[in-house]
Amino acid sequence: MNNTTTKRNTTDIVKAGLAKRYARERRFKLMGVAAVSISMAFLAFLLISIFAKGLPAFQTTYIKLDITLEKKSLGLPEEPTAIEISRARYDKSIKKALLAQFPDVTKRKEKRMLYQFVSSYASRQVADALVADPTLLDTTASLWVLADDEVAALARQADYTLEKKDKQTEITRARIEELKAENRIETRFNWLFFQRGDSREPEAAGIKGAIMGSFYTLIVTLVLSFPIGVAAAVYLEEFAPKNKLTDIIEVNINNLAAVPSIVYGLLGVAVFINFFHLPRSAPLVGGIVLSLMTLPTIIIASRAALKSVPPSIADAALALGASKIQTITHHVLPLAMPGILTGTIIGMAQALGESAPLLMIGMVAFIVDVPTGITDPATVLPVQVYLWSDSPERAFTERTSAAIMVLLIFLIAMNALAVLLRKQFERRW
Amino acid sequence: MTKTAETTSSDTQSRNSQLLAEFKETTGNVRVTEPKMRMDNVNVHYGDNQAIFDVNLDLGKNEVLAMIGPSGCGKSTFLRCMNRMNDTVDSCRVTGSLTLDGEDIYAPEQDVVLLRARVGMVFQKPNPFPKSIYDNVAYGPRIHGLASSKDELDQIVETSLKRASIWNEVKDRLDAPGTGLSGGQQQRLCIARTIAVSPEIILMDEPCSALDPIATASIEELIDELRQNYAIAIVTHSMQQAARVSQRTAYFHLGRLIELGETKKIFTNPSHELTENYITGRFG
Repeated sequence: MNNTTTKRNTTDIVKAGLAKRYARERRFKLMGVAAVSISMAFLAFLLISIFAKGLPAFQTTYIKLDITLEKKSLGLPEEPTAIEISRARYDKSIKKALLAQFPDVTKRKEKRMLYQFVSSYASRQVADALVADPTLLDTTASLWVLADDEVAALARQADYTLEKKDKQTEITRARIEELKAENRIETRFNWLFFQRGDSREPEAAGIKGAIMGSFYTLIVTLVLSFPIGVAAAVYLEEFAPKNKLTDIIEVNINNLAAVPSIVYGLLGVAVFINFFHLPRSAPLVGGIVLSLMTLPTIIIASRAALKSVPPSIADAALALGASKIQTITHHVLPLAMPGILTGTIIGMAQALGESAPLLMIGMVAFIVDVPTGITDPATVLPVQVYLWSDSPERAFTERTSAAIMVLLIFLIAMNALAVLLRKQFERRW
Repeated sequence: MTKTAETTSSDTQSRNSQLLAEFKETTGNVRVTEPKMRMDNVNVHYGDNQAIFDVNLDLGKNEVLAMIGPSGCGKSTFLRCMNRMNDTVDSCRVTGSLTLDGEDIYAPEQDVVLLRARVGMVFQKPNPFPKSIYDNVAYGPRIHGLASSKDELDQIVETSLKRASIWNEVKDRLDAPGTGLSGGQQQRLCIARTIAVSPEIILMDEPCSALDPIATASIEELIDELRQNYAIAIVTHSMQQAARVSQRTAYFHLGRLIELGETKKIFTNPSHELTENYITGRFG
């Protein structure tokens, strides 16, 4: 009897509270959905604005000019070598070709404006064309050359040019129409953006220098931080005695992971450049500084991965007579590797997106040449973004967004690789 | 009804503590004429806690010695002293003498790698490496350099798997992962892995506790066969199992070796009251 009363009471109490419990659950779910939606909205806003701004940078405008290339006027000998052709100046020939294209221009001032119709990189393009085909010398060659960034903007009728109605702009528009009528103007995919280093001319500026700079910097970072990080993690996890000293080390590794990255930059200047006299602006120093920054991440991730390997596996190996180091290298480390690699890739992705410490060690310089080694002066993708975002030209604003897109693609690729590795090597035991 | 059971249990408990307090020396003969391993006055401490108190025990050649006792009685700890697996526990301290063929296994000059090659161990939970069946068995011979050629290694793997009576089940899929086998097969694979190194002693720490009755029966059969070549010490929770596989049985209680004797005698006519209370199921 007593028992049944209690039972009914329990049922009633539970029933009475149920609605409230479910309501709380629903509220919590709703808050979660709201949080996710808000962050997705921010992400979408960011991506849309970057894509909208950056996409035009992947297109560029070319103009076909009939350029007369006389050896005599170019100052070339009768049988010029490739180097001589490459070194000759073609500005005058291009200017003449422009004048020939628009014969109505006579006044000095108008001429000067006309000369700005093509990019200063056009001279280089003509030289390259002649090196590829020297028979064009002493003829009038029809060559496609790069247009100036403002001409390009007008040609593709960019939003911000529509309002411009001043006299000069109108003249340029008329000339573009004239070229269009003759099929002498063309919009193409901007391969130069992926083939060249930085430039003062936005239409000729490329991302390759920064990509290679980032590549060399990350190689140095990986080569330094991966072995050191894994070795440190293995030692701390498997060999180090558990005492005060190792506790202090552990706390400090966790602290280092939270140190602002600019501090590592200052350290890099003080130690590697001022004391060891390593070259400034070089991926070597950048890589060393970034490995200092990445090490804590790799050590923490590796230790967690090592800890998650079941001790029964190590016991099995030890009981067979494997030495400690055999147990670790044959069994524990391979099983921990997916976790270690994931941590390393995430650390690398962090390093790829880092700019502050690299500003300190001089990787912020204006560098035109694509670096070919770890000691060449270089810049990296995020610093290139920073540099271009500082430039006033509209075309540089576009290229800033384009560079961000390239950086994002690399980051997404690296994080996807981390996920893939984790999925691929996930083991059950 | 419940009340009487409670009284009995608390009565047994107080009687047990009294018996433990009176305990001086192991009942029964702890020595054999030709010991493979001899343990004298073994004490084990974990930090400040003492887990094993003055245990004297011999493990004879070609015998199966069962170690039984309630949970936490130190039988697993004692087993793990016999191949120094306790070395991996920082706070663990072992004193006393443990000799294998007359050599002190805790002597500074004793190499622990060599010791474990001579004293193999099978664990409670089957723990095959996440590698192929072949690699699982071949791992030991490989690290010790026991095989000079691929053929010889193949031979060792085949013999070991045959002796662990799992060869017929896996011979067609030696490249399959060892972790993909059933629980009983995994445990027999672990036994094959242990005997591939040709140890002299095999320690088994509750090898059947994670297995179903059929798998258990096949492991027990195997233990009986292995006795021809190895000395075996087995920790078990199942008294039936101890009765089935062993020649001698040791009863541990709270870190003391209470009684040791012929298995038949221990289970039919135990001398010590604690042993009797345990095997008659009054506590445990």
